Amino acid sequence: MAAPIVIVGAGQAAASFISRHVALGSQQPVLLIGDEAHPPYQRPPLSKKYLLGALERERLFIRPLEWYADQAVELRFDTRIDSIDRNLKKIVTSDGESVEYDKLLLCTGASARSLPADIGGTLDNVFTLRSIADIDKMSSQFQAGRKLLIVGGGYIGLEAAATSRQLGLEVTVLELADRILQRVAAAETSNYFRDLHSGHGVDLRESVRMTRLLGEDGAVRGAELESGEVIDADLVLTGIGSSPNTELAQAAGLDCDNGIRVNEICQTSDPGIYAAGDCTSFLRNGQQIRLESVQNAADQGDLVARVLAGEAVTYTALPWFWSDQYDCKLQIVGLNQGHNQTVVRPGANASSMSVWYYRDAELLAIDSMNEPKSYAFGRKIIEAGKHPTAAQVADPATDLKALAMS
Amino acid sequence: MANITWIMEDGSEISAEVKDGLNLMEAATANNVPHIEGECGGCLSCATCHVFVDPDWFAKTGEIDDIEDTMLEMTDVEREDNSRLSCQIVASAALDGLILRVPEPE
Repeated sequence: MAAPIVIVGAGQAAASFISRHVALGSQQPVLLIGDEAHPPYQRPPLSKKYLLGALERERLFIRPLEWYADQAVELRFDTRIDSIDRNLKKIVTSDGESVEYDKLLLCTGASARSLPADIGGTLDNVFTLRSIADIDKMSSQFQAGRKLLIVGGGYIGLEAAATSRQLGLEVTVLELADRILQRVAAAETSNYFRDLHSGHGVDLRESVRMTRLLGEDGAVRGAELESGEVIDADLVLTGIGSSPNTELAQAAGLDCDNGIRVNEICQTSDPGIYAAGDCTSFLRNGQQIRLESVQNAADQGDLVARVLAGEAVTYTALPWFWSDQYDCKLQIVGLNQGHNQTVVRPGANASSMSVWYYRDAELLAIDSMNEPKSYAFGRKIIEAGKHPTAAQVADPATDLKALAMS
Repeated sequence: MANITWIMEDGSEISAEVKDGLNLMEAATANNVPHIEGECGGCLSCATCHVFVDPDWFAKTGEIDDIEDTMLEMTDVEREDNSRLSCQIVASAALDGLILRVPEPE
């Protein structure tokens, strides 16, 4: 019997690969190996409905467990891969078992960065937020009245802040940069979310350097700032970014550069090995980039299935993202890197607006806060390669639908 | 429980008993209905769970809010009067027998 397509890593990219593989009627067997205890699941709700306790675990699953069996896809959970033997086309599990592959797809994802042990990163009640297991560890502690300190004012930290306020915790957010979301968004978007969180009672501190976490009997009890100030905390959540899981690929000698390097068909430097999702880095408009998003994982996984089925396709997807905080729905389309101008489009009411990013006259990306029209029609505008002027965008009377369709 | 039927463009059908409270995007992916992706998990950001509701049933599927109405503008197959994003339709006994047609992108 021919060796199967083996997928390492059971996340969104793997699920999308399998869905497309099945939909295309491809007959080659698939073996999915994951190091968690679950079939592929959606990560975005972890910091929101799942932490809130408003979503059963099974509803996170992208497909129900039984679905895989019905498609003749074999699943293995709780299994780590130690090495890849590219010559013999085999992988070796941490139990020492060898598994042959015909094609290998690496969907190893990324890991949340944690604070170093010497500044308290390993104290009890210091959490990261990336997996079902992470939430299951922390959720019983997230009780009304407890003091939560969030280190890092990025999207994960802010989503957790919103959920925690809904649960009745006292929340402080520390951001090292001079504004939250500094790495990913313009000042106008940061200002919107600062106001949103301050309005919900979050103590949001920017330009603040934390020097260490303070512990007592092995558990965290607060944090010391560079100023000498001490902030009390019962719980700490770190949202300080993530690193691509490239160890396996690197050890196998695959090219890596802040991610496993893949070409326009998601092939690594070994033509028999593909990679998809948060673990990859790839060229986009002349820049080597890595994306952490459902869209990228889903589209890359889908693409690899098409490529293996013989379709002549390349990866050209337009990135999009979303975040939900309190009653704000943030929708983002495009990548704003390299912008030199932003334009604010006022929304229909005080809680809605969008921020349009330009490089000179070229529209790159849009952050849309409770303003789905800017997202939906802006996406069409960008996909069509149109570049409305700043004056058009800033004028609330401009009909975006007409712009998109023109 | 509600018995839901999805009809594809080639006339093939998939029927399933769907538990109350599940949305019909989840139900579709669980039952391997083609062309229903639901990438955003039902938070109205991807428009990949578009269906045409049988006209007799349309009113029973509930109101279309502003966000869904806007997102229906970006579906792959152009919206029609009976278009819905199926993540916004929640199964209940009132929908027992519901028929949905699944548009097929080019």
